[in-house]
Amino acid sequence: MTIASQGGPVTPRRTPRQLSPGLEPTDRIFEGFSLGIGAFVLILTGAVGLFLGLESIPTFRHYGFHFFTTVDWNPELDKVGIAAVLLGTFEVALVAMVVSFPLALAFALFISDYAPKWLKGWLISAVDLMAAVPSIIYGIWGFYLLKPHAMNLARWLSQHFGWFPLFHVNTDPNAAVWQQSQYTSSAFIAGLAVSMMAIPLACAVMRAVFDQAPLGEREAAMALGGTQWGVVKTVVLPFGKGGIIGGTMLALGRALGETAAVAIILSPAYILSPRILQSGAQTTSGLIASNFGNASQSQLSALLTAGFVLFVITLIVNSTAAFVIGRSRSGAATEI
Amino acid sequence: MTTTSTISQPPAPSLPAATAARRPTPRKIRVYTFDDWMSLTGSLLSSFVLVDIVYEHLLDGSGTLGFLVVWYLAFLMLYAAVVGLSNSRPFVVDRLVTTALWAAAGVVIFALMSTVLYTVLKGRHAYVHSNLFTQTAAGVAPSAPLSQGGALHAIVGTFVEVGLAIGVSVPLGIGTAVYMSEVGGSFARVVRTVVEAMTALPEILAGLFVYAFLIVHGFPKSGMAASIAMAVTMIPIIARAAEVALRVVPGGLREASLALGASKFRTVRKVVLPSARAGLATATILGVARGVGETAVVLICSGASTFMEVNPVKNPMNSLPLYIFTAVKTGDPSQAIRAFGAASILLVLVLALFVATRLLSRDKAVQR
Repeated sequence: MTIASQGGPVTPRRTPRQLSPGLEPTDRIFEGFSLGIGAFVLILTGAVGLFLGLESIPTFRHYGFHFFTTVDWNPELDKVGIAAVLLGTFEVALVAMVVSFPLALAFALFISDYAPKWLKGWLISAVDLMAAVPSIIYGIWGFYLLKPHAMNLARWLSQHFGWFPLFHVNTDPNAAVWQQSQYTSSAFIAGLAVSMMAIPLACAVMRAVFDQAPLGEREAAMALGGTQWGVVKTVVLPFGKGGIIGGTMLALGRALGETAAVAIILSPAYILSPRILQSGAQTTSGLIASNFGNASQSQLSALLTAGFVLFVITLIVNSTAAFVIGRSRSGAATEI
Repeated sequence: MTTTSTISQPPAPSLPAATAARRPTPRKIRVYTFDDWMSLTGSLLSSFVLVDIVYEHLLDGSGTLGFLVVWYLAFLMLYAAVVGLSNSRPFVVDRLVTTALWAAAGVVIFALMSTVLYTVLKGRHAYVHSNLFTQTAAGVAPSAPLSQGGALHAIVGTFVEVGLAIGVSVPLGIGTAVYMSEVGGSFARVVRTVVEAMTALPEILAGLFVYAFLIVHGFPKSGMAASIAMAVTMIPIIARAAEVALRVVPGGLREASLALGASKFRTVRKVVLPSARAGLATATILGVARGVGETAVVLICSGASTFMEVNPVKNPMNSLPLYIFTAVKTGDPSQAIRAFGAASILLVLVLALFVATRLLSRDKAVQR
């Protein structure tokens, strides 16, 4: 292009043959049009983050760092902070991850390496399908089916491990008539429900990566006399490390932002307590869902700030996942 | 999978005994001898009896769940001991891991199955009445019998909202994918980074964005607002999945088309997009499945309603997830059954989308 434009009719030399023919008019329109779409989507999606960020400036200016340390959400008294909801968000996500990570990993390994052949196809479909099931269904499942059983489990945990701050409950767990209401709507049960939606999500990613572990290396490990677990440990797991971390992070990002399933189970309480078995906690998304309706302009700005913090957290989690998957060997294989 | 199965095939039986003795027979993998089965069932039974006596009767156990957990732990220890009697340590570890993975798979399958079965079973009292599909909840008291009122408004609302969101997000999502994969350049990398980051956007933030950006400034709380928020979450998902689908189209096809003198636009339209059709359909359905299940978005941007509304820009328009959410929040037992009825409809919708994806991708396999 540049060569062609330099060679004008003034110079006596013949213009060099044009190497790049340039674009046809239709192509120029096509490229311009798709650039326009790309730019529009960039603006649209970027605007969400930008808007949340800009809207939170007044809040940060008004409350300063206290926004992160204030426990109450009490706009009438001008005391607004996200310490409690951040803790609640992390508690729910922690329970969800502790439960879902081992199960998802084991299930993914089972599907890729242990399941009988006739079962494998079915299990892959089932996991993919369950990953698409709306979270609200896991929410009502947790509320109606899981809660009565999980309450017993929570009581048992507090009976035997009550000395551990996480499992302490502010009531006598050994009482003959135990206070069930103290256990009903805890971060623990909400976390269990969230873990149910996290398992298929993480498992689907992990399974896809495990299945790509190179056949030659599996056979080599077998030929060296390895047991099946030996093959998994030395070939499949190292190869799938990126998928394991990536799938887990993906599930964690979902768990941090989950709204409806958590809102059904959790009874809102703005307290700073590590007691995950005890009723009452609140998550960031729950805070937004329950307060946006009657919020004034400044309150809305505070809610947007809480949303912005949640957004930044999920963004970090997700970017880390993308980075890890991209860097790993299995990630390179999936890119083709 | 294929490796293990080929290796684990028994040696050819026609081999003479003498040669078989001289030549080492292939090692058998994943073959359970009579011995193995016996030690497995033996450990299972004896651990059951042991736990039943010691834990349940001597120590006064705590419920079925506790029993199962203790039984499993006892089984693991016993099994390790039995297998360890006549086998090397790696073998014992292998067997233990195998049982652990089977157990974990059992737990996950049981939990996932229970989700579906419980929803469908509990909802049956609601969806056996045809009024769930033909009536709205307008003017029906929350405690009304299940033969009155229904979720038609929510079903219609879901279809309208998701339909509008598809209308916005599919062209934009696939267009962005075409830009990222076929046009490229440094700006495309910026777009890709932002789009990938936005796949993690929690739905409630998309809803809050539309609320603070449009509804506060006078846009009515309506199905349209919900669709816009839905589209914001769906576009990145569709764009990312569609880009993957476009990228796996072999470069040779593109080059062949260009070498024949076709323009870039023609190549994309006639070669790249048709060959990636199945992948694009999958990407679309992935996005739709996400949109169908979104609760918080509709809660914030539209709000629940009990009446039928087909105009997307006027009044609040309900959707199935939000119908479930509000029904459960009332705490009324009959409303809970309605919620499960609506959840069953939602499950069927997701299943239909899933089957559609499978059929489309099978279509592709036949074509190739």
